[in-house]
Amino acid sequence: MTEVLFLADFSVIKPDPGLIFWTSIIFILVWFTLGRMAFGPIQNALKRREQDIQNSLDEARKARQEMANLKAENEELLKKAQEERAAILKEAKEAKTGIIEEARKQAKEEYRRIVTDAKEDIENQRMAMIIDLKNQLGIISIDIAEKILHKELKGDKDQEQFVKSLVDEIKLN
Amino acid sequence: MKVDLRKLSILVFALVFSFGMLFAQDHGQEHNGESTHEEQEGHEAEAGHDSGLSHSYCGGHEENGKYDPVTTVMEHIADANEFHVWKGVHLPLPVILYAPDHGWTTGLSSMFEHGHKAVDGYVLNHGRVNRVADPSFPKGEVHIDGILRQTEKVIGPSGKEEEMKEKDTFYACYEGELYKLDKPSTVDGGFLGGGITSFYDFSITKVVFSMIIASLLLIWLFLAVARGYKRNEGKAPSGVQSFMEVFFVFIRDEVTKPMIGEKHYERFQPFIMTLFFFIMFVNLLGLVPFFPGSGNITGNLAVTMTLAIFTFIVTNINGKKDYWEHIFWMPGIPAWVKIILTPVEILSLFIKPFSLMIRLFANISAGHIIILSLIGLVFLFGNNGESVGGAAGGAVIGGLFTAFMNLIELLVALLQAFIFAILSASYIGAAVEEHDHHEAHEGAH
Repeated sequence: MTEVLFLADFSVIKPDPGLIFWTSIIFILVWFTLGRMAFGPIQNALKRREQDIQNSLDEARKARQEMANLKAENEELLKKAQEERAAILKEAKEAKTGIIEEARKQAKEEYRRIVTDAKEDIENQRMAMIIDLKNQLGIISIDIAEKILHKELKGDKDQEQFVKSLVDEIKLN
Repeated sequence: MKVDLRKLSILVFALVFSFGMLFAQDHGQEHNGESTHEEQEGHEAEAGHDSGLSHSYCGGHEENGKYDPVTTVMEHIADANEFHVWKGVHLPLPVILYAPDHGWTTGLSSMFEHGHKAVDGYVLNHGRVNRVADPSFPKGEVHIDGILRQTEKVIGPSGKEEEMKEKDTFYACYEGELYKLDKPSTVDGGFLGGGITSFYDFSITKVVFSMIIASLLLIWLFLAVARGYKRNEGKAPSGVQSFMEVFFVFIRDEVTKPMIGEKHYERFQPFIMTLFFFIMFVNLLGLVPFFPGSGNITGNLAVTMTLAIFTFIVTNINGKKDYWEHIFWMPGIPAWVKIILTPVEILSLFIKPFSLMIRLFANISAGHIIILSLIGLVFLFGNNGESVGGAAGGAVIGGLFTAFMNLIELLVALLQAFIFAILSASYIGAAVEEHDHHEAHEGAH
């Protein structure tokens, strides 16, 4: 009974030359049509797109990098500026204290000079006064002596001369 | 599944036989004494209207209504010269026939009137063109009384009883004479029961027609996709373009690029893509159960053979020096191993495309056979129309199983296309590969 199974013709296993011929023709046509008009252009388009995407990503990364660089640069600049400001402030402070010190010194010197001058003036005036006083005192003394002498020695020229020399000898020191 | 099918077939054959015998007795059918066993098959329409003599040969109706699952399945998966669209409606296909002793015969398959007419000795036998090789058969258009199937036991070359094979032979009945019919030539060299006969069939058969439909669909779809790339240049893909891009990128990134290598893959990509999409489309079209689908395209050895030959040619004409060196004189191994290895490598050259051919053919034809067998359950359980309940049960079981099988076949259709493509790509990849240093292979081989 099982032999009956082989009755049916399993024709698909027998390769028909006509079918081989047509399959070849159809396959070659599909191959060349699609290769030329579809698969090639699609492959190129995909490649272009992938490159575009890659480029965009690269550019974005580059931009990000640049931005980071810029930020770092800015920070650097800011830091520098701050440092400079601090330096300038410091310098200014130093200058201020220098000026004040100088002024103080100058003032002190001036004051000292003024004081010295004043002292000199006072001394000079005191000397003048003393000289004046001495003169006055001389005159007064003479007057007194004159009067005394006048009383005792009326018009004695020799004596008058003598007193005068004596007054000259007195030096107020 | 296979065992079940066989058991069922045996059961049904038992039924069919008892039924057929009864029928035959009713009609008082004569048996041909020459063959040990014979079966007759008349054509459904008014056979034997010409003469009483032919009636005894060809007018039998004993097989009408009898369901023969294996023959039905085999006829459904076979190639045909006309496309059965609907109950009794056939799409006539162009026939292009060549007989060395007669020349070319062309026309439409409708000119054979489904086996009732012979044109230049050609007749339509179960949808396929056969030829009467006998020169005494009249040329031109003649009416024939029918086609007779005889089952003959062919004794094998050793002559032993166990090696006897049963073989179907078909005869055309014309004016009371029987004329033996030749099938179209096949190029299996007689190993698979075919061989060169008296004519060649270059017709646009059902398989060729289905292939053309699938190819046009494929070309139309991909031209639309390519247009999409032109239109949406610099923009995001849309519509059918983004749908097909998934497949395209998948094949490019999973098949061509890794298998062939970054350097050469673009050159072979159209070939691999065409293989994949062509096989996928014809597989999917074959799964569509109605016109223009249902053709068993890659389940036909001629088709897979052609595709495998393409892979073989593309692989070997692109073989680099290293590839041939590895086949004929494998570097880095002792000479005595080379002597053993070289024949193995040369054999593998042919086994590779051969395995491609068999794998695809077996998968797809098996899928078609299983689905057709499951549908056949309706007729088996229905007991040739006697049991409506059985038929209903068969329809439910067969329908469920067929739905399930169709899902598997959907997977197989994609998977086999993928396997064919990836293996072809790997063979091409091996052929174009360049080795920088052979020392690295010492351990590998």
